[in-house]
Amino acid sequence: MSLSTAPAPASGADRIAMVRAQALAIRRSAFTMVHDAGLGHPGGDFSAADILASLYFGIMRYDAKEPRHPDRDRFIMSKGHCTGAFYSVLAQAGFFPEADLKTYMQPLSKLNGHPNRNYLPGIETNTGPLGHGLPVAVGIAIAGTLSAKDYRTFVLTGDGELQEGSNWEAAMAAGHRKLNRLTVIVDRNRLQQGDRTEATNGLDPLDDKWRAFGFHVEMIDGHDHGTLLEVLGADPKGRDKPLCVIANTIKGKGVSFMEDNVSWHHGVPNAEQFAQAMKELI
Amino acid sequence: MSAAPKTNEGLYDCRDAFSKTLEALAEADDRVVAVVNDSVGSSKLGGFKKRWPERLVNVGIAEQNMVGVGAGLANGGRIPFVSCASCFLTGRALEQVKADVAYSNTNVKLCGQSPGIGYGELGPTHHSIEDLAWLRPLANLLTIVPSDPWETEQAIRFAAAYEGPVFIRVSRYPVPALQHKLDRIEPGKAEVMRDGDDVAILANGVMLHKALQAADVLAEQGVSARVVNMAWMNPLDVEAIIDAASTGAIVTVEEASVRGGLGGAVAETLALHRPVPMEMLGFPGFAPTGTVDFLFDHFGLSAAGISSAALKAISRKG
Repeated sequence: MSLSTAPAPASGADRIAMVRAQALAIRRSAFTMVHDAGLGHPGGDFSAADILASLYFGIMRYDAKEPRHPDRDRFIMSKGHCTGAFYSVLAQAGFFPEADLKTYMQPLSKLNGHPNRNYLPGIETNTGPLGHGLPVAVGIAIAGTLSAKDYRTFVLTGDGELQEGSNWEAAMAAGHRKLNRLTVIVDRNRLQQGDRTEATNGLDPLDDKWRAFGFHVEMIDGHDHGTLLEVLGADPKGRDKPLCVIANTIKGKGVSFMEDNVSWHHGVPNAEQFAQAMKELI
Repeated sequence: MSAAPKTNEGLYDCRDAFSKTLEALAEADDRVVAVVNDSVGSSKLGGFKKRWPERLVNVGIAEQNMVGVGAGLANGGRIPFVSCASCFLTGRALEQVKADVAYSNTNVKLCGQSPGIGYGELGPTHHSIEDLAWLRPLANLLTIVPSDPWETEQAIRFAAAYEGPVFIRVSRYPVPALQHKLDRIEPGKAEVMRDGDDVAILANGVMLHKALQAADVLAEQGVSARVVNMAWMNPLDVEAIIDAASTGAIVTVEEASVRGGLGGAVAETLALHRPVPMEMLGFPGFAPTGTVDFLFDHFGLSAAGISSAALKAISRKG
């Protein structure tokens, strides 16, 4: 069985339009889940939506019906609190029925506030505590090297999350081992739970940090689907080091009153806000 | 009452059994890999590294990454044995052990080297008397505390064959090779090393041979002591503990904190099922400076100390 991107790869403008449509669907779905559950992290769901849509509908090779296929590309959601977006993209990609999203955070639901690989297909490792995704991704990439497999490993981290030292342990190892099939994507929305990253424990110059750890760095607009597809889709054979994509994003992207507003880190909309957001998300 | 098991000549470092067994497994199955934190020497993996340099993943002094990388290697189809001083493996990387290995239920084998007070004079930063208490709530993390080279080999072989997370203590303290009653270890099965009906001594790891010595001391005083090998911390052999309580008095002996380890597990079981007088031997807190043997004697982890605790437990019978 051969793995492919799902659905079948489109090209050019059609491909970008498809990713844009999926990203919009992620936002609408995630916000509905947060509204219904009365819990969640919609700001980060929205900043990551375009990245997730690009990966699952334009870049990654997988078979949702055989989620642990040994040759699949791996994606790790290190910012595990953004399950509104993550579960939505998994459901849209066919890993489980979209109807299951209605159980988000309900008692005994498989859709916990943070992802569990033993509950749902398509999840590689349980995340939630920050700074866990990249070390696991490095291990997956090393396993691929040992087995001479050509799968790629993607990990999406928050930017505030990079204050966790475990990321830099893993980055050092990835650079040292020149894991060119590993890609770290940083959702650089510049806000963490309580404040701006730069007012809390500054990360800049973030690109220099990754370069110093042995990564090839691309800084892009994390909401530009064409650029995301181009940068994430570049053949890793063309570089001898891991790739770090610093995706400059806006927390709450897509809803006017949420954008770049720290209160929407884990804000929950009232009925009026929900209705307004759904009007904007079209 | 049966005779005490005889010990073979000589004393053994269980790390040798660990590395020899791991090499044998690696030869037979190329999925087996080792993951270390610059701990090639202290894990006695020099031979492994020489034979399979690419399958020994040394992440340097970075234990959080080490455990995460282990989980990633398992995701990629490998059987990783993550080997590192137990103090750093379980202390520094506890959240990775919890989230990436136990909660994620990954096929990672955690090998806590030189546990307990194996590092002696280096002190409490390098002691690992807390590991059993830290790991015991991780219900799906099978946990084995082998007593000698044979049991260490058995534990490593079991871990390789078992699909799921395992933690194994690998001791450096010189121990005799014991005469075991079982042909092979089985998950959650305690081993009655010596029968007795006045008191039961429940021990594991390098304390087991000292418990057997204590039973000899007690026999000379006309006291019949049962000695039970509690190598399996998880799953725990509840039936064996309840059965041991039929002697009317229990002593637990462990190279660990008395808070939350074997003693705690046994006390919970007795309280729920069959309360009897109990004495707990182990470390009450951070150990002072001293050699391993000094510290064992200082805290009563010796034939004299264990037999004394047994007599005390017996004296408390109603």
